Amino acid sequence: MDELRVLSPTAILGYGFPMESFEEGMKRMPHVIAVDAGSTDPGPYYLGAGKSFTDNNSVKRDLEIMIPAALEANIPVIIGTAGGSGARPHVELTLKLIKEIALQKGLNFKLAVIHSELDKEQVRKKLREGDIKPLPPAKEMTEKNLDEAVHIVAQMGEEPYIHALEEGADVILGGRSYDPSLFAALAIKNGFDKALALHMGKILECAAIAALPGSGSDSMFGYLQRDGFILEPLSPVRKCTPLSIAAHTLYEKSNPYILPGPGGALDLHACTFTPVDDNKVKVCGTKFVPTEEYFVKLEGVRHVGFRTISCAGVMDPVMISKIDEITHEVKKRVENNFVNYGIRDFFLDFKVYGRNGVSLFEKNSKSERTVKGEEEYKSDELLVIIEAVADTQEQANTICGFARSTLLHHGYEGRVATAGNLAFPFSPSDAEMGKVFEFNIYHLMKMDDPLSLFPATFMEFSHGEINQKQRNEYET
Amino acid sequence: MKHKLIDVASVIRSKNSGPYELTFDVIFKDVEMYEKVKRRAIFNEKMFAELYLIPESEVMGVVHFDPAKAIKITIVRPIPSGALGETDVYGAQQHSPLMKLEFEL
Repeated sequence: MDELRVLSPTAILGYGFPMESFEEGMKRMPHVIAVDAGSTDPGPYYLGAGKSFTDNNSVKRDLEIMIPAALEANIPVIIGTAGGSGARPHVELTLKLIKEIALQKGLNFKLAVIHSELDKEQVRKKLREGDIKPLPPAKEMTEKNLDEAVHIVAQMGEEPYIHALEEGADVILGGRSYDPSLFAALAIKNGFDKALALHMGKILECAAIAALPGSGSDSMFGYLQRDGFILEPLSPVRKCTPLSIAAHTLYEKSNPYILPGPGGALDLHACTFTPVDDNKVKVCGTKFVPTEEYFVKLEGVRHVGFRTISCAGVMDPVMISKIDEITHEVKKRVENNFVNYGIRDFFLDFKVYGRNGVSLFEKNSKSERTVKGEEEYKSDELLVIIEAVADTQEQANTICGFARSTLLHHGYEGRVATAGNLAFPFSPSDAEMGKVFEFNIYHLMKMDDPLSLFPATFMEFSHGEINQKQRNEYET
Repeated sequence: MKHKLIDVASVIRSKNSGPYELTFDVIFKDVEMYEKVKRRAIFNEKMFAELYLIPESEVMGVVHFDPAKAIKITIVRPIPSGALGETDVYGAQQHSPLMKLEFEL
């Protein structure tokens, strides 16, 4: 075997792809279809709440095309970071969709389900043995982090996928994964160079994002050869250029030359990017530098409280010029009002758009402006988002509602318009946002066996139904 | 001669690199300008810390990446993504000070 071909239909399962691109991909006779289903980008909520940031119907639409096509071509389908975050509820969510598809279409196949959610006590044991270190700038892990964690997942490498392939799985549903590993597993199993396989996976996991023009909802094709790999977009409107592929290496990474993953890092110092025809690029020269010990990355979140928000506009020029003082005064009033009532531990924030509301460096840039003597506020209109986070939803509602009514009628100095300070676009004005989570685990954990954390379960589907005995085994 | 970064770059962007880091990419339009900027070390820890008004120790790295004629700067995220006080969960709109950047060559 001199070439291993991989079809990546879409950047995230559920983001979709044009049928024409997918069919072009199948014409090229791929050996595997792989798709990444997740990311930490949408923030800590999804891992904590056990929900997906992608929509069920959109995910099902993609799977409904990919799975039957792969079974007909007799090639495996690999799905990584199921349900967006890859913890147990996320994997179960996607498993349910696969079962529905199997039943509706009467499909025959062997499914492997690989979980990546860790038991807290398992992690605690590792912590006590000194096998966990932080990924800077995250801090050292404490037992408190573990006590508070809601879900903890570990990013699996290619090993659990290779194991599932060896067991003859036609469809592999994986929990949290190092994205390139699902694209590289079959190639590494077949003896292709691990560095090239992973580097190709690193680009394919974002599908056509690395092409020009880029797209997260279009397909990309990879040809892994012995001395390098070739990338080809599957829509005639896109091209891969050496620059588009090289530039993609920068995306969401800290250092484009060294890309760390489970068990080692890709080293791109000697990489070359060469055009092939007018829309393909060949990449050569990637190295894999194994680490002395095998580490997997852990991700975890803790539950912080419940959030309620209220959005309102302001266009009174007097109020706009005094907005900082006003929100400060309102905050004091809210704290004072509930201090003896027992609601003390809450977070109240005013996000003021039109006045450094977007910047994460807000305080800094404001002081800079003051130093430079520049005009502080230039906006004719502001959007104020009042945000309250407290231990219960009811308390968050109380704090947000009280802050809203206080701000609405606050008699600030120099006030001319005395009827009301806020323009509400909605009735009701306040909205419950539900549970709030924060990342509290982002660490590396040392492993002796890269497989042991990620147990696989196998299920045989016959005419769309799972063998009853296996179903019972899985459920227990 | 004074140059505006927005005139010589084809891409200026920011994004999370994991929940605890924020990373900025500047991809130049042409190799000549990229080489000049690289040679003069226009982008460095000190300059970036001043631009974003953060301590220099928060700048984790400034890497020149020749294959893409690009410069990547990675900093400690002021707060982890999605923590209380968040204003940009994906970190995708923090590039704007770079768009206003001017430098002397």
